Amino acid sequence: MKIEIRSEPYDPWLEISLYQESGGLTPGSFGACSAFVGTMRDFNDGSAVSVMELEHYEGMTEQQLSNLAQEAQASYGLLDVLILHRVGKISPNDPIVLVVAWSAHRAAAFDACRDMMELLKSKATFWKKETRPDGHRWVSQNTSG
Amino acid sequence: MPISVKCFASLRERLNVDKMSVPYESEMTVQDVWQQMTNQSPPDNLLCARNHEYVNFAETVRDGDEIAFFPPVTGG
Repeated sequence: MKIEIRSEPYDPWLEISLYQESGGLTPGSFGACSAFVGTMRDFNDGSAVSVMELEHYEGMTEQQLSNLAQEAQASYGLLDVLILHRVGKISPNDPIVLVVAWSAHRAAAFDACRDMMELLKSKATFWKKETRPDGHRWVSQNTSG
Repeated sequence: MPISVKCFASLRERLNVDKMSVPYESEMTVQDVWQQMTNQSPPDNLLCARNHEYVNFAETVRDGDEIAFFPPVTGG
């Protein structure tokens, strides 16, 4: 399992590939890999957004991500989990979050990936501040999905 | 030991406080910590954590705890 909060841009597809090849997963052991990648849009609530700043609660956020990954691993019988999340200044089209679940069969990987993502959105201590043409604005709540 | 308090995001900017210490008193609750810090009732959408776990405002704090106040989360 790998949980990381990054202040630099990353390529989610490369990260998945590198993690699979790093030896954490035995080749041939998994039949399914389900991934969610959340990227930054250049618009929100009818306004252009040029930059977004992501803040987190150091210590609590890492613990929350680790807990939700461990719980998903136990309840869905996952073989492995990878979660990466950006913080700091982010530009449109940059990946923000990557959640990956590996399992023997597809149902567990699909369902666990969705569950982990929904828990992350509703509980994990991150906050977004947008830069718009009319100034800065803290995002007040996440969309329902 | 005092209570260590942290504020995040829009709340940090509004109060102009990222961290501060509040003197510990016996049977103190999270709401008491907020009121000592701001002299106000907590706003409706305010969230709080004690030692990195979500708690409600009636939760009792212990000497040396870290209490955090923040608005609704918006990650992902």
